[in-house]
Amino acid sequence: MTPEALAGGFARPAEEAARGFRGLLEVLARPGLILRLGGAAPPAPLGAAAGVLALVLLDRTTPVHLAGGHDCPDLRDWLAFHCGAPLVGAEEAAFAFGRWEDLHPVARFAIGTPDYPDRAATLVIDCPRLEAEGARLRGPGIRGEARLSLPEIAAFRANRARFPLGFDAFLTCGDRIAGLPRSTRVEDV
Amino acid sequence: MSLLARARPARLAALFPAPLPAHDLLRAPEIGSVMVQGRIGGTGAPFNLGEMTVTRCSLRIASGAVGHAYVQGRDRDHALRAALIDALMQTEAAEVLRVRCLAPLARDEAARRQVAAEKAAATKVEFFTMVRGEDR
Amino acid sequence: MYVAVKGGERAIDNAHALLAEARRGDPGVAELTVAQIRAQLHLAVTRVMAEGSLHDPDLAALAIKQARGDLIEAIFLIRAYRTTLPRLGASQPIDTAAMRLMRRISATFKDVPGGQMLGPTFDYTHRLLDFRLAADGPGAVPPSDTPRAMAAAGPVPHVAALLERDDLIEGAPRDDTPPPDLTRMPMELPATRALRLQALARGDEGFLLSLAYSTQRGYGRTHAFVGELRIGWVDVAMEIPELGLAVTIGEVEVTECETVNQFLGSRGAPPRFTRGYGLTFGQTERKAIAMSLVDRALRWKELGEDGTGAPAQDEEFVLMHADNVQATGFLEHIKLPHYVDFQSELELLRRLRAETAAEPEAAE
Repeated sequence: MTPEALAGGFARPAEEAARGFRGLLEVLARPGLILRLGGAAPPAPLGAAAGVLALVLLDRTTPVHLAGGHDCPDLRDWLAFHCGAPLVGAEEAAFAFGRWEDLHPVARFAIGTPDYPDRAATLVIDCPRLEAEGARLRGPGIRGEARLSLPEIAAFRANRARFPLGFDAFLTCGDRIAGLPRSTRVEDV
Repeated sequence: MSLLARARPARLAALFPAPLPAHDLLRAPEIGSVMVQGRIGGTGAPFNLGEMTVTRCSLRIASGAVGHAYVQGRDRDHALRAALIDALMQTEAAEVLRVRCLAPLARDEAARRQVAAEKAAATKVEFFTMVRGEDR
Repeated sequence: MYVAVKGGERAIDNAHALLAEARRGDPGVAELTVAQIRAQLHLAVTRVMAEGSLHDPDLAALAIKQARGDLIEAIFLIRAYRTTLPRLGASQPIDTAAMRLMRRISATFKDVPGGQMLGPTFDYTHRLLDFRLAADGPGAVPPSDTPRAMAAAGPVPHVAALLERDDLIEGAPRDDTPPPDLTRMPMELPATRALRLQALARGDEGFLLSLAYSTQRGYGRTHAFVGELRIGWVDVAMEIPELGLAVTIGEVEVTECETVNQFLGSRGAPPRFTRGYGLTFGQTERKAIAMSLVDRALRWKELGEDGTGAPAQDEEFVLMHADNVQATGFLEHIKLPHYVDFQSELELLRRLRAETAAEPEAAE
């Protein structure tokens, strides 16, 4: 394990983890809201916000899939040391990290079962840009409507159609993050 | 590492007293649990027996050496000292530490185990089956 | 339906103060320390560790002090604390053949390799109260004077291994399937043997004792002998991801019991003894023996035996009722305010009575 893999964790774990968790809760509860999360310095290509998410939500009971360029030794080691999460294929993943084109086809990911809808994957999508513009979002947690620069519409519409099953998603860009739970209805503008 | 993990925290503190060498924490001492597994029939498939408390710590010392510790119990200083010694064992301080800390810990543990084994051995029993008269 | 009760804050605070006073007891008597409980009430401590499912004698002793000696309350405290701990990993399976023994007996062979050691047992005491312990002042034997003998070196093999060598007992072949964990996933039935053993290891000693006793009296009989009972310390090793190798991270005290049970054979397979297995934290031999009997009783389907409908053979009955924290939580909740539920029942009863009273003739 390289020395870099051991750095980049929280300096004040209790505080920063609590703040990170609160932020993740907030963006998932208010789809379209973009927040900044800091405190983690993961190796490239993982951004700071996705790093906070990893430190807060992953442990050895959350199998992780790294897609495309995210599947690199530095990131594998960093996750092993800081989170202990096992690396798996897309089908078994509780969390998946990668660019949208690398996560495709998203039909591979778990969507839960009628008895346990919670046994679904959470996709953490690394976006080149993340702005409150573009696709129209409606649904729980949104007053009226919100806008978010999604990488695609069709996949999220199909995902919503399976509710209460379906994957949940976070979109990240550097230290910025937004949430897109399976309950959100997505429309083209 | 194993010896440090099983050491009594107070004994380790006495053998490796403050002030502690300078270091950067990579992962501050953290209390958690480890699920202890057994095997069915002692040798078969594993199953979860129950958890134990464990404290872990990772740090880097001035030389750049990195030390890790996973120690039984909930004593943060124990984990910190164990990680420091793990890091220092990769430096020229290793020989001194081996003599000053690790050897006494190994002696303590061996003595403790020997005494326990000898007391248990004193309860060794021989059972005899008796032949009853009418069976003759 | 549950209805929040408002008010009563002062009463609750005062009840807590009274509880603290009752816990302390007569201030003229010295207060118990956690270290004293840990050292001198070791069997209570190990029961709390076994059923609390957390090996930490200091915490178990603290829980016993806080719970005023109510062990189920102490187990509850340990279970609650346990949920706050991040899980750092799973150990490699412990090697009980390498146990540092303080007690090891066999009811099946008098001459077992490695010998039999009674250890600190109550078995051959006369169960007469020892009034010397009631007297103030130092107790019986100072620890340094406990007799010692030459200890055999090296690990002591399991009794079952001897029978296995001659193919007289079913094997327990090594298998590295990752076990299910009921602290992470809800229990699903039918359960694997690994899941059942986890549930039994943390199950209530009294419940398992009664179930095991019921099998001996004929409710799912398995003709069990204690092939081996051993108590001692084993190392716990874990793979450390940042090192890429396994190291010992501590040692735990465990009790292991393996029973040798009635034999089974079928066409093509010669008859062989079967086994039941019990493993628990601490010095908890009553629990470990009971666990191995219940484990064996639950295996009836796998071994092609008849289901007699005995409670100990009923997996759902056993697994769903073995946990004393679950049981006490549900049992004791009925003493808490249920005013609305009860009012609706009362209303229904009054209406039924009013209806019956209104039509006495029609009823005849």
